[in-house]
Amino acid sequence: MGWPGAGGGYVAESTSGLAAGLHVAVNQTGPIPLAAEFVCQPGELLALVGPSGSGKTTLLRTIAGLYRPQYGQIACAGNVWFDSDRKHSLSPQHRRVGIVFQDYALFPHLTALENIQVPLRHLPPSQRLDQAEQWLAKVRLEGLGERYPYALSGGQRQRVALARALARDPHVLLLDEPFSAVDQVTRRRLQRELALLRQQIEIPIVLVTHDLEEATALADQICVLHNGVSLQQGEPEALFSRPSSPLVARLLDRHNLFEGVVVEVEGQRRLQWGERYLEVTNGLAELPLGETVTWYLPPSDIVLHRRDRPSLGERENPVAATVSELVVLGGITSVSLRVNHGAILRFDIATHAARRNQLTSGAVVNVSLLAEGIHLIPGHRVRADAHDKRK
Amino acid sequence: MDWSALSVSLRLAGFTCLILIPFAIWLGRALAYARFRGKGLCEALVALPLVLPPTVLGFYLLLSFSRDAPLGALWADMTGSGLNFTFSGILLASLIANLPFAIQPIQRAFENVPHNLREAAWCSGLSPWQTLLRIELPLVWPGIMSATALTFAHTLGEFGVILMVGGAIDGETRTLAIAIYDRVQAFDEQGAAQMSALLLFVSFVTLGLVYGLAGRRRWVRG
Repeated sequence: MGWPGAGGGYVAESTSGLAAGLHVAVNQTGPIPLAAEFVCQPGELLALVGPSGSGKTTLLRTIAGLYRPQYGQIACAGNVWFDSDRKHSLSPQHRRVGIVFQDYALFPHLTALENIQVPLRHLPPSQRLDQAEQWLAKVRLEGLGERYPYALSGGQRQRVALARALARDPHVLLLDEPFSAVDQVTRRRLQRELALLRQQIEIPIVLVTHDLEEATALADQICVLHNGVSLQQGEPEALFSRPSSPLVARLLDRHNLFEGVVVEVEGQRRLQWGERYLEVTNGLAELPLGETVTWYLPPSDIVLHRRDRPSLGERENPVAATVSELVVLGGITSVSLRVNHGAILRFDIATHAARRNQLTSGAVVNVSLLAEGIHLIPGHRVRADAHDKRK
Repeated sequence: MDWSALSVSLRLAGFTCLILIPFAIWLGRALAYARFRGKGLCEALVALPLVLPPTVLGFYLLLSFSRDAPLGALWADMTGSGLNFTFSGILLASLIANLPFAIQPIQRAFENVPHNLREAAWCSGLSPWQTLLRIELPLVWPGIMSATALTFAHTLGEFGVILMVGGAIDGETRTLAIAIYDRVQAFDEQGAAQMSALLLFVSFVTLGLVYGLAGRRRWVRG
């Protein structure tokens, strides 16, 4: 097991570009199964997403040194923090991590300022207070330094926890569901502040969340976890359009997963789906004829034909379908279409566009499935890998 | 007024707290955090003095303090004197009789310290010792104070165990509680009344002091 992209063995003591950032590769069979590998570059925000029990928090604790897996390596900013081969593991005290716990874990017997001073104990006392006050100002809590945690609101506590984590001048910032314990208005504001704060700190940030929207909004990279296994890491956009397996698609709340058969029609490779033969831009030529292959279509690549005039790409994979369900969620309408052979296509359109196109339950409409968007996932069946542990 | 009895009682209670509380902090913390085989057995042993009649506990201690028993023999080898009917003997008995009063409140207090506070301290760079001193002990302070109060008060009032292993030797093993009993036996009602009032006063002042100390925490709501 090497760092992805590091060309085999990890780059431990050097300070080259490869060693910068956080490199994690851990493996164990029990008691908590883990098989995860990911990289987070300085200044990058990596979101670990997955259902509860997928090992997100365990991985975060592993990085911090609060949990020791059986096998693996962890390196950060050119320093090896954990290496099971060399029986090397730095204690949490020596890892230089800033961590914000889910419930913040503020010391209840210390004021906000005293909490922030705890990681500053290496400084002379006079500088300590000064530094702590600067951090308090950075998280916009001036004047609340003398308050004890019980007298602070949820959002204020989160900011004190963030200031305490950053006051350590960490090499990596770990955030464990930091927005889950506050109301939605506060959550939005804190997320905005985190996005702003990121511009000021050049360290890797790892965010654990089960909220896909939050991950998409904040993260540069998303790593999808399931049962302790890292299934796929990539930019949100890439992940949502090209999931590596049906399981990843499902964990990312994607629909439009189907199975088709590779066929040849009039000398052209096509994907047979029900009675239709679909054009596919990428990947079809490499698959053997007759193979059943799982495919996925991002909802953005389903184009609804307008009734009044022809629309773009109308000739591409046209499919007639019946509207089986319309769910209006404010400005967005979720549309489910039943294709003749029973498959359900799902996509969202603006509610006003749904009205303009006179979409009603039972109406017959035409859509195009854009050939460019069809993502083939060979080697996986739609349902078979519900408990995929292929890594 | 039997001032030497008062002195024995105070010395006994003071030494019991001095020795037992640090031990209870260690054991209470271990019982609160650690998961090990036989933990239930250990907790049962700690709680045993709570349910045993003092005479039963005293009887077994009397047996094991004798020079024929391993403990008594060991003590005699080390110090040259016996345990029964000496101050050291009643101190040892008092340490054992007070185990649940010292350990249980402290164990409960440690159990109430969220685990991630310790982790947050470690991740802030505090060593395990610094974490104990700066984070854990301030948080379990009320538990330590109530353990001290209970142990001190219970030692002042202990009667059966002390009488069994110590008898009532003036200036050595006769505590105030035993002295009061002796006064009543001797129909000295006035002496008994004076000493009872003194014991009441001392107990009240001690508990008041201890709970007062435990209550001064600005960081708790309300």
